[in-house]
Amino acid sequence: MSVNKEFVKFDKVDKSYDGKVLVVKDLQLDIAEGEFITMLGPSGSGKTTCLMMLAGFETPTNGEIYLDGNAISSIPPHKRGIGMVFQNYALFPHMTVYENLAFPLRVRKIPKDEADKKIDKALSMVSLQGFAQRMPGQLSGGQQQRVAVARSLVFDPQLVLMDEPLGALDKNLRESMQYEIKHIHESIGVTVVYVTHDQSEALTMSNRIAVFNDGKVQQLSSPDELYEKPVNSFVAEFIGENNTFAGEVSDISGGKCKVKLANADILANPISVKGKGERTTVSLRPERALINPSDKMDNIHKGKIEEVIYHGDHTRVRINLLGNSEFILKVPNSSSNLDIKLGNEIKIGWNSEDARALDPK
Amino acid sequence: MSSETKQILTTDGIPLEVSLKKAEKKNKIKAFLLVAPLLMFIIITYVFPIGDMLMRSVDDKMVTEMLPKTFKSMEKWDGQDLPPEEVFEAFYFDFQKLIEEEREGKLSTQLNYTKNGFKSIIKKLRRKSKSFEEGNYKEQIMSVHRRWADVEYWRAIKRRAPAYTYQKYLKGIDMYENEKGEIINVPEDRRVHRILWMRTLEIAFFVTVFCFLMAYPIAHLLATLPMKYSNLLMICVLLPFWTSLLVRTASWMILLQQQGIVNDFFVMIGLVSDDNRLEMMFNKTGSYVAMTQILLPFMVLPLYSVMKTISPSLMRAGKSLGGTPFVAFWKVYFPLTIPGIGAGCLLVFILAIGYYITPALVGGASGTLISNQIAFHMKSTLDWSFASAMGLMLLSGVLVIYWLYNKLVGIDNIKLG
Repeated sequence: MSVNKEFVKFDKVDKSYDGKVLVVKDLQLDIAEGEFITMLGPSGSGKTTCLMMLAGFETPTNGEIYLDGNAISSIPPHKRGIGMVFQNYALFPHMTVYENLAFPLRVRKIPKDEADKKIDKALSMVSLQGFAQRMPGQLSGGQQQRVAVARSLVFDPQLVLMDEPLGALDKNLRESMQYEIKHIHESIGVTVVYVTHDQSEALTMSNRIAVFNDGKVQQLSSPDELYEKPVNSFVAEFIGENNTFAGEVSDISGGKCKVKLANADILANPISVKGKGERTTVSLRPERALINPSDKMDNIHKGKIEEVIYHGDHTRVRINLLGNSEFILKVPNSSSNLDIKLGNEIKIGWNSEDARALDPK
Repeated sequence: MSSETKQILTTDGIPLEVSLKKAEKKNKIKAFLLVAPLLMFIIITYVFPIGDMLMRSVDDKMVTEMLPKTFKSMEKWDGQDLPPEEVFEAFYFDFQKLIEEEREGKLSTQLNYTKNGFKSIIKKLRRKSKSFEEGNYKEQIMSVHRRWADVEYWRAIKRRAPAYTYQKYLKGIDMYENEKGEIINVPEDRRVHRILWMRTLEIAFFVTVFCFLMAYPIAHLLATLPMKYSNLLMICVLLPFWTSLLVRTASWMILLQQQGIVNDFFVMIGLVSDDNRLEMMFNKTGSYVAMTQILLPFMVLPLYSVMKTISPSLMRAGKSLGGTPFVAFWKVYFPLTIPGIGAGCLLVFILAIGYYITPALVGGASGTLISNQIAFHMKSTLDWSFASAMGLMLLSGVLVIYWLYNKLVGIDNIKLG
């Protein structure tokens, strides 16, 4: 069975609310069947608007959205058959959990015994058996969240949309719910479009992530690629922690480039620079820089420790390096205690491959 | 640990409960002192007057005090035939005393309430009694007027003997106690109050329905519009509140009268002919229109405050789960607005049931309510005890509605804002 690569297709979609500003610009996005795709971005980046257009609560100003090959812009939300989990769950407060789950089945005129089976199945999927007669108000935030997920899946939709569903939960619960939703997705193979502004959530759960900024998809790739190989400085900045150096390319050859900073030169991996004299921002992940590096590394510099913050499993060290006083290092708390003390001068090294020369900020 | 709870002590060894009470006592006194002015105000302006009203509506001491000897001697009289000589004698002496104190006029008014025809015969008795001789008062009084020889009139006097009476309440529902002590309806052509009660209920009910039908969309719009429009709309809703009730009612009179703007408009568009203008004022229509407009904000505001709290994502959820817009509204949105509907309807109904100025001005004969009747007895007939009795009936009616509402919907479900 071949997987439909274009199960959901945004084709040149524009969206504007006031006729002056485009919230979504020329969006081109294909979502494969069974995929878990996350729209990630800061607030106001257009990701929720995209989701609302897909659900049918907003209409595209221009362009068309296809679901399984059919244009859906003129289909009202209730005929699209898309499950949706809302930001604040949107459980019907005057109905029991059972009635909440029965709602989509009842409007589809599914016979009661069959509906009951489906509800049982959905509740066991989110491990909430025995909660059917509770009111949503009697449930904890996490349980309400599970009910909302169960409700969006109970009528067997092919596509489920989730709009920051874990935003209101505390950290521990959020993490366990992330795994739970991921497992549900894996076990039933439904296509999920997930919106969040939490990058760790996106990295944990998704097959692919679309990073939104300014109404545009900045990068669409798998989580590891997104983290390891950001294509521009916005993505590098937005996903994970990031050390940056701003400078000018002074030499470029053999897959490496030399970037001239204010008072030193560093070697970097040219990603979006083409020639000499271009301005660039070099991005380096904190865990790629090491203290007391081996001589094989082609970037070795000295810096002064400005701040040491203990984080349990690792220690964050802030160093003034090559004029950047915000240079962060993550040092694992292993037994080989290094000489990390405030004010010490230490040697830092990294491979030029990991330092990505991106577009200037 | 076992089920028995050990008394917990503070570090000073005082039981925790005692210590807590002590600590909270100061706050309780403070709270009470803050509430005290309002409490006094309510007692003086609300509880006392209502208590006084209750007393007044059943109080019948006046006649009891005016004819003490008569009522004492009447105790032995069975009320079948004319009373014996001693009753007439006692009445004569009581009456002489009243003449001295110049209170016989009041007696005639009071007795006239009970039975028509007392006024003239008491006046006549007063004139004639100056020349009465000692002894055989029965003959002398009976010869003053033939009604004094009618046992009905003596029974009427006897009925006024108790210091308390529920006659006014019976009168309020067009009933009375006849000479034999049976409670019966007044003749059909003299029943006014029952019609008024029914009309009051009917108008209050329909005004509530009209208010609900108009307020629901307005409140929904208010709750969903963006701030800059909803503020303007809110001002439009509240504008009537800032205008005097009389001004509003008077403007309805200008609009609705036969030569008024609405009729002019209907004539202009050819809906009615010029010589056949609609009567929209001084009848029920006038009361309906003006009261609905005036009470509308009381329905809009509770509805709005409830709708404001309903997240728009609930309707969206309903639609995304496959409900048509109507199903999403009916199954999700509407049930959530019931507390507001309850509050608004209760408020409007209770206000409408006691409405006074508007029906008095635009209601005319067929649009007046029970409160207008109360006012009539307060100002014109000066039968305050009857007015009090009807006022209390109205109050208890409202309490019954409140109780019913609590049974059906539950007062905790109400939401005023």
